[in-house]
Amino acid sequence: MSTEMKKVFSRPDSLKDVQTHFCPGCQHGTIHRLVAEAIDHFGIKDQTIGVASVGCSVFLYGYFDIDVIEAPHGRAPAVATGAKRVHPNRPVFTYQGDGDLAAIGTSEIIHTANRGELMTVIFVNNTTYGMTGGQMAPTTLPGQITSTTPYGRDVTKAGYPIKMAELLSGLDGVAYSVRVAVDTPKHVLQAGKAIRKAFETQLDGKGFAFVEVLSSCPTNWGMSPLAANERVGSEMIPYFPLGEYKDATGE
Amino acid sequence: MTKRLFVKGNEAVAMGALEAGCRYYFGYPITPQSDIPEYISRELPKLGGEFIQAESEVASINMLLGASACGARAMTSSSSPGISLKQEGISYMAGSECPGLIVNVCRSGPGLGGIDASQADYFQSVKGGGHGGYHIIVLAPDSVQEMYDMAILGFDLSDRYRVPAMILADAVIGQMKEGLEPHSYVAPDDLETKDWALIGDGKAGEQKIIKSLYLGDGELEAHNNHLHAKYAVMQEKEVRYEGIELDDAKLVVTAYGSTARIAKTAIRLARKEGMKVGLLRPITLFPFPKAAFKQCKRDGQRILCFELNNGQMVEDVRLAVRDVEVDFYGRAPGAGSLPTPEEFLAKIRSRYEA
Ligand SMILES: Cc1ncc(C[n+]2csc(CCOP(=O)(O)OP(=O)(O)O)c2C)c(N)n1
Ligand code: SF4
Ligand SMILES: [Mg+2]
Repeated sequence: MSTEMKKVFSRPDSLKDVQTHFCPGCQHGTIHRLVAEAIDHFGIKDQTIGVASVGCSVFLYGYFDIDVIEAPHGRAPAVATGAKRVHPNRPVFTYQGDGDLAAIGTSEIIHTANRGELMTVIFVNNTTYGMTGGQMAPTTLPGQITSTTPYGRDVTKAGYPIKMAELLSGLDGVAYSVRVAVDTPKHVLQAGKAIRKAFETQLDGKGFAFVEVLSSCPTNWGMSPLAANERVGSEMIPYFPLGEYKDATGE
Repeated sequence: MTKRLFVKGNEAVAMGALEAGCRYYFGYPITPQSDIPEYISRELPKLGGEFIQAESEVASINMLLGASACGARAMTSSSSPGISLKQEGISYMAGSECPGLIVNVCRSGPGLGGIDASQADYFQSVKGGGHGGYHIIVLAPDSVQEMYDMAILGFDLSDRYRVPAMILADAVIGQMKEGLEPHSYVAPDDLETKDWALIGDGKAGEQKIIKSLYLGDGELEAHNNHLHAKYAVMQEKEVRYEGIELDDAKLVVTAYGSTARIAKTAIRLARKEGMKVGLLRPITLFPFPKAAFKQCKRDGQRILCFELNNGQMVEDVRLAVRDVEVDFYGRAPGAGSLPTPEEFLAKIRSRYEA
């Protein structure tokens, strides 16, 4: 009888063998892994340039074994534009939170997408400002209690959650815009596929690719990891429907 | 024989930048510097470079940060309100030690102010502008030729020290036409390859990180001390100024940029009247020519500072000489007209005789 065991699960090459600072149940870690798997899949670890944003994902360089440039809050798409113009043959991606991309960085993301910059944007929507302690984000759901919406988000005063995947799909420069989640094994598989496709879109020179990933923030939602994971399915997905909003990669 | 051109200061600074090997420009239109993006958008594609008219000054400075992080010679240009918007990005460039050229064709403020020549942004340019207590190299050309020369010098200094460089001009220097003798760029021998940057096709082994975040115990303090040690070396080695008839001068006039041009005529007129007057024109506003001013103190000279503002550089002059009397004459931003040499001469006369 053979006792030899087959390794079926290992750390992607593009991720470092270090502990992350993410809170228990935070899905940034899962999303990091999916991005790393896509980089491994295409064998582009040594060429890829990651642009980190300001938020809980600021330590991108600590977890990915790739070249990284740190951008000011919201400006990752502009920094990535400068990098991509210098290195048109190197894959470039930004990794941004919802405060970073959909509030302070709205101008940069729209114009970068509109220019059709050949890059991949990973947008992590957790309906809050994780790093600064759970304030309202542009994606905070109606009625959601945060540290700056103590009575719940009042849409008549604070406006409505911004649907970035839909919004960007209206721009001609965008080749691929999709929303995914990582709350169930099925969704994780779909998310992995979407992220791969978003890199492929860039590698094939087809245009700007955008992946919105619904994510949990148990700490600032005041929930257990399990309950937070369930909230993604019960509250977020109904407001932020999953799916491909634009796929012009076949054209 | 070098050909002599007759061009605007804005064109000259653009020509100098391209000559220095700048192949990436990111900017947003604003008077009185729009000739720079217009010139570069025409010429850069011919050289295989990239020109982006960005959606804002905020975006353009961050594009510059990205290009610089990738080891390229890159630039942006703007004027006062736009430079205000770039300050966060400049602070990040300073913090992450990304070189790059920022041309500021200053106009009058505050707020939307006006589009006329002004030196209202000395404080903003020289004293940091953004957050965090950093310095950038600040060069103050006073002619079209110097706009060209300082684009080149700016890139060389910026790359050598990994400190962003700013050219602080104004509407007069940017818009006036003068003779220019362009010369070919020769890279200084001591400029090293940018091994710190994301150069080449990808990382060969070591991961490269361009960042300004330091959270480890004592890391940020060490980083700041490192930055300030570089500023000290620059203060030692990179000061540039022009001295005219300083040796026997009893009164030293000091002024930079467009104001220095007017002052040059004024001191010539003063000499004709028999007054022993010289000019000390700072060319590098940071590092500031402190030692040259200290020399005036040893020589017992009085100092008279002219600026197109309500008194900004004069503070640095006074700091450099302490107990020497430093007089100031300035015109508030938005005066609409420039001071005349005769106006300066009258001030020189009254100080000289006082
Ligand atoms: C100019 C500027 N404004 C504000 C901040 C403070 N700040 C840091 S992270 C952050 C929000 C992060 O939220 P998000 O982008 O959603 O990322 P998350 O932490 O949720 O992943 C803010 C407001 C900053 N660093 N810079
Ligand atoms: S605060 Fe929220 S987003 Fe940040 S690491 Fe913790 S769970 Fe994740
Ligand atoms: Mg968030």
